Parts: sequence; structure tokens; C-alpha cells
Amino acid sequence: MTPEELRARAEEIREKEAGYAESLRVCSAASCRSLGSDELRKALAGEIARRGLTQRCQVKGVGCLGLCAQGPLVTAELRRGYGVEEREHVLRGVRAEHAAGVVDGLSGSFDPALEVPPGLPFFRRQVRIASEHCGKLDPDEIDDALAAGGYEALVRALYDRTPADVLLEVDRSGLRGRGGAGYPTGLKWRTVAKSAGTPRYVVCNADEGDPGAFMDRSVLESDPHRVLEGMAIAAYAVGASEGYVYVRAEYLLAEQRLRKAIQQAERLGLLGKSVGGTPFEFHVQVRLGAGAYVCGEETALIASIEGNRGQPRPRPPYPAESGLFGRPTLINNVETFANVPPILRRGGAWFASIGTEKSKGTKVFALAGKIANTGVVEVPMGTTLREIVFELGGGIPGGAAFKAVQTGGPSGGCIPAAHLDAPVDYETLASLGSIMGSGGMIVMDEHTCMVDVAKFFMGFCRDESCGKCVPCRVGTVELHRLLDRITSGAATPEDLTLLEELCDLVRHTSLCGLGQSAPNPVLSTLRHFGDEYRAHLEGRCPAGVCAMSGEEAVR
Amino acid sequence: MMQNPAEQTAPPTEDKRWKVVDAALRRLGHRPQALIEAMHAIQRTFGYLEPASLRYLAEALVVPLAKVYGVATFYHHFTLSPPAPHSCVVCLGTVCHIKGGPSILAALEAAHDVTLGGRTHDGALSVVVARCIGACSLAPAVVVDGKTLGPTTPDAVLERVRPFFETKSEEPPHDA
Repeated sequence: MTPEELRARAEEIREKEAGYAESLRVCSAASCRSLGSDELRKALAGEIARRGLTQRCQVKGVGCLGLCAQGPLVTAELRRGYGVEEREHVLRGVRAEHAAGVVDGLSGSFDPALEVPPGLPFFRRQVRIASEHCGKLDPDEIDDALAAGGYEALVRALYDRTPADVLLEVDRSGLRGRGGAGYPTGLKWRTVAKSAGTPRYVVCNADEGDPGAFMDRSVLESDPHRVLEGMAIAAYAVGASEGYVYVRAEYLLAEQRLRKAIQQAERLGLLGKSVGGTPFEFHVQVRLGAGAYVCGEETALIASIEGNRGQPRPRPPYPAESGLFGRPTLINNVETFANVPPILRRGGAWFASIGTEKSKGTKVFALAGKIANTGVVEVPMGTTLREIVFELGGGIPGGAAFKAVQTGGPSGGCIPAAHLDAPVDYETLASLGSIMGSGGMIVMDEHTCMVDVAKFFMGFCRDESCGKCVPCRVGTVELHRLLDRITSGAATPEDLTLLEELCDLVRHTSLCGLGQSAPNPVLSTLRHFGDEYRAHLEGRCPAGVCAMSGEEAVR
Repeated sequence: MMQNPAEQTAPPTEDKRWKVVDAALRRLGHRPQALIEAMHAIQRTFGYLEPASLRYLAEALVVPLAKVYGVATFYHHFTLSPPAPHSCVVCLGTVCHIKGGPSILAALEAAHDVTLGGRTHDGALSVVVARCIGACSLAPAVVVDGKTLGPTTPDAVLERVRPFFETKSEEPPHDA
């Protein structure tokens, strides 16, 4: 497909869409599905058909609308007719039995119990780039993606820009890795492009393993073409012709949608041989993870794609020089790739104008825990934690007091109320003893025990340690035992000293990021919630979570 | 060009379902890196990786059996024993942990004498723990026979699995 053909096709689909006076978009992402959105969509379509409105009202399943806590969600778009101005209404908690009422509402007013109040900060405060089309298009239909400008950046780059131009644009954007570590994306791409050896590979890390993080799943389930386009642009820039998406085995829906998207794009010549009618080729394959958290680490992920145990190896050499099958390999996370097409479309300078000095653009967060609006949000870097938790997130339900927000999963830390006004960017979060991480943000209230949380994460790291290096394999077991003694009220002050010493050792001597960051949840809670640890030594759990029986638990 | 001898290895049994697995092997050119994909194909088809299937993979992909076994046991997703007729996955991700997931697990353990990762005494139900299924808006969440329930409670989950123990003797239930 040449740029002209692509544009013509997109235009044609847009015209077809515009033929509908109204459209009802039903969220079909995993969470709303569990709440019955499939039945709802069928009920709505049935109601529309029964009233003979199929010519004017369209019903379609779309990706994640973000406000997962109030699903199933529906967006009603009234384009014209009925004397109503073009407006979007978001409906929440819609069940199949509400179908008739929703269709009645197309005349301009919906049941206030169902409609999300217009101007809700959850939606109004977001700036959506990576997730801009999530909840707008049907992830199973490439036409929807094309109508929204999908693959335009790729095809235009193939015709109008050299790989060097693309690299320059990505450099200019200041984009940093969204997997958590924040390595400058342009620099990474450049290193791969300069590395000797072919073939080269582009790998998308979709092994979203942090417990409490589901933003990559949301993007993959909602707009798989966006991620594929980003990968293809990267491949063009670094000179690769093969790519892999490594998806968690648990993400069945994301996997299905990706496979379907790849097929559709190949059929239209937007992936595969001769992309966009040019000599550039890019073949993408999906590889399934198999439930090993450590495979989120890039060298372990590579080992897993090669069919081996997912065990990391020392770096250097970095995958950029010697990665998959020993070849130069570019590995980026889902969200990083999802940011690339808009950067090319609107320019690196535009992207760099959003965010902070050192952290450009936006970040997608999964809000969860003791928070009203569990869901997925995308906000500019530099937004404060308070804004995210209390304005977008709607605060803590039930009037309990805020205690901490946990970022970065098992590699991150807990940030207390005193730092709620800290801007969210890579450096600030690191200075508070946490990390940006991939984007999980878990809110904890006064009923959460921070020592118990630290123990939870240590248990996670212990179970997920691959066993290759001793500090991590043995250290996480011992750290977990110490924490277990503390939470069961059997610890002495010496145990606390030992805990700190052991954290230091595991952090500095482990082979990979999993072990090196495993002590973070302990260190950050010791730093910000030292009182809670000391209370446990005195036989008291302030949050009332720990049993404090005076005996160590068996497990 | 000589044909790769590995491609002529025959599946362990006559079972027609091996065709699915063989198709996966062919698609990946019988190369050693097909190992994990092939295991996924076997587990999807047969429900678990039985010892004979591991031996078959070792021959078909020309990989040492020890390595095949190492990979199969490294990843949590793969299981070497046949699945119970019913499964209950209790999510213990961070959010489910702070919202009551552990009490659901404790209730199942107490009511049905089941150890974590094991089956109930009559073999009807296997109880597994997941480290986040990504359904945090449904916390605490539980997946019973592939269907996600949440937010749920210990009592609701016990109620949901109760029929598995009553009908068990008559007919072995459907899905695996």
C-alpha cells in the first residue's frame, strides 16, 4: 500500500463511519468482559435491530475505556440529528437489561444513574498519546485503525525519510524507555543501528509481570496495530527485518488480538514482505511467555525466545550488540513502541514539549488498590502523585486515610503521604526510593501493613528468582524469613540490623535487575515507615493485619 | 538437500491430536528454539506435559532430554501432571493481596483440605495461586474454570466450587 492508497482507504472508511448518526462503543477489554460486556453488546445490537435503527446507529466492541472499576463501559457518540450537538457520553455499569434504556437515551439524555458526569477529572485530566485510540476503535478491525491514521507514520517514513531521519526524530522527542528504567530510546536505537552484524531483530517486551500493572495489556488489547506500527518503524530505523512480540501466557485476549492484527496487516502489505510497496520487509512473530517473571529482564527474555530457561546473563555485551541468536537486537516495551508513531506524525519537538525537563511526554499508569477509580490513565510526566491519586483516581473509597502509593512493583517502593506533591518523573521517584517502573500504581490506606507489603514483595521475588546467582536465590529466602519473623512478632532488634545488611548485599551483588532491586520494597518501607517495623518488634501491628502470634509462620 | 532426521520422529501415540503439535513443530522448522512453543501446543492440546511428550520433543528437536525437562520445570505455566477436572486460580497480586485474596485461599484450604498448587483429596479441584492476573479492578479476583469472578469473598468462592464435589462421582466434567 502506497501512502496514496493508504490515505484513500482511510478516507473511504471514515466516510462510511460518518454515515452513522450515532455510535455505541462497548468496551471489550478483559475487565469489562468479565463483567458481561459481550452480552451487553449483543443486547444493544439486538435492540438497535429490533427498532430498525441499524442504518443510523452503529454498535461496536472497542478497546479499553480506562475506568475499569465502573465497567462495563459504553461510549455513546451522537454525531447529528435529534437537534443535539456532537457529543460523547460515557456510560458506566451498563448491563444487558439496560439496553433498551440506552437506546432510548440516544435521543439526547441518558439515565443519570448510568452516565458518567461530564468533565469528570478522570477523563478530563488525561493527555493520551500512547493510548490515544484505546476505547475508540475495534481492535479486531484493521480498518478502524487505518481510519484513525494507523500505519500512516510508517508508510510515510518509508517513502519520505531515511532511517537516519527517523533516528533523529526519536532523539529529538526525548522519549525514554517505558519499561521502567528510562533509558533514552533514541540512543538505544542508534546503538543497534551501528552494531555490526545481520540479521538484526526488534523485540517487543510485552511480558508485563509486575503484580498490579495492567497498562500494557490494556494497550495491546485495545490498539494492537499501534504497537506493531511502532515496531516496524523501529525496524526500519535500525535495519531489522524480523521482530518478535513476547507476550505473557496469561494475556490470552492480547495474544489473540495481536495475532489477528499481524495477519490483517500482512494481508494489506503493511507488514511482511515489501511493506507499503517498498523493498523494506518486516516479519513479526508472537512468542508466548510461560509464567516466569524474570523473563521481563531483557537477557532472560531473549533466552526464552531462543527456547531456553529464562535465565539472565551478565551484561555487557548488551542485546544492542549481541542479543537474540547472538545478533544486534532492539528491545523496547509495549508503551515505548506505542509512542513512536505519534512522534513521527507530529514531530519530536511536539512530544518534547510535553512533560518535564528530563522526562518527556506522558506515562500510562494502572491505578489500583484502595482507590475509587481503578483503571488506566495517561498523564503528562510531572503530574503530581496527589493529582493522580486524588483527582483522577478519585481518592480512597470509604473515607479511610491514605498511607502510601506503591510504584514500580517488586522492584519499586512505597511513597508516603509527605511526598504526595512530588512530580512523577524518573528522577524524582528514584530520589524517593522507588522507581517509575512500568506503570503500576497501587494505593494503600491505613488498613494496609507496610511490613506485610514488604514481605509480600519479597515472597514474590523469592518465588520468581531464577536461581542462577546465589545472592538472589539465597538472599531473597533469608530476607523473606526475617520479614516473616517481624510480622509474626518473633523478631529482635538485631533482626532489623541483619535485614538492612542483607538488603545491601543482595542489592549490590545480584546478577540481574530482579535481585538488584528485590530489596527496594524493604528499603523504601524502612525509610518511610520505620515506625511500623519498630512497632512489630514491640509485638504490635498498627494496621491490624499481622497475626503477631509470636511464632514464625510455616509458609 | 538432506531431510532433517528429526522430522521423521513419530509421535508417542496414535492420538490424532498430535497433528496439532506436529503442525507447530513444522511451522518453526524443527529448530531447538521451537521448544517452548511446542510445549505450549502440547499443553493446550493435552492439558499437561506427560513424560512421553517430553521425550518426543527431545527427539524431534534434537535437544537433550535433560534440557527439555529443565525448561518444562523452569516455567510456572507448564505442568507435568494431568489437570484436575476443575480449577480455581486465586489471584494474589499486590492489589488482591491487600484486598483480601489471602483469606479466600485460606478458606479453600480449610474447607477442602487442599494444599497450595495441589488438588482436593478427591481430585475434583486443583487450587493454584497466580501472581496478578491483571484484573485489579476486580480485586480480590478468582478464576474458576476460566471464568473471572470479582470482587469476590471467601464464602462466594466456596459456594461456587461446592457443586464440583457433589457431581464428581457421576460424570467427569467437561473442560480441562
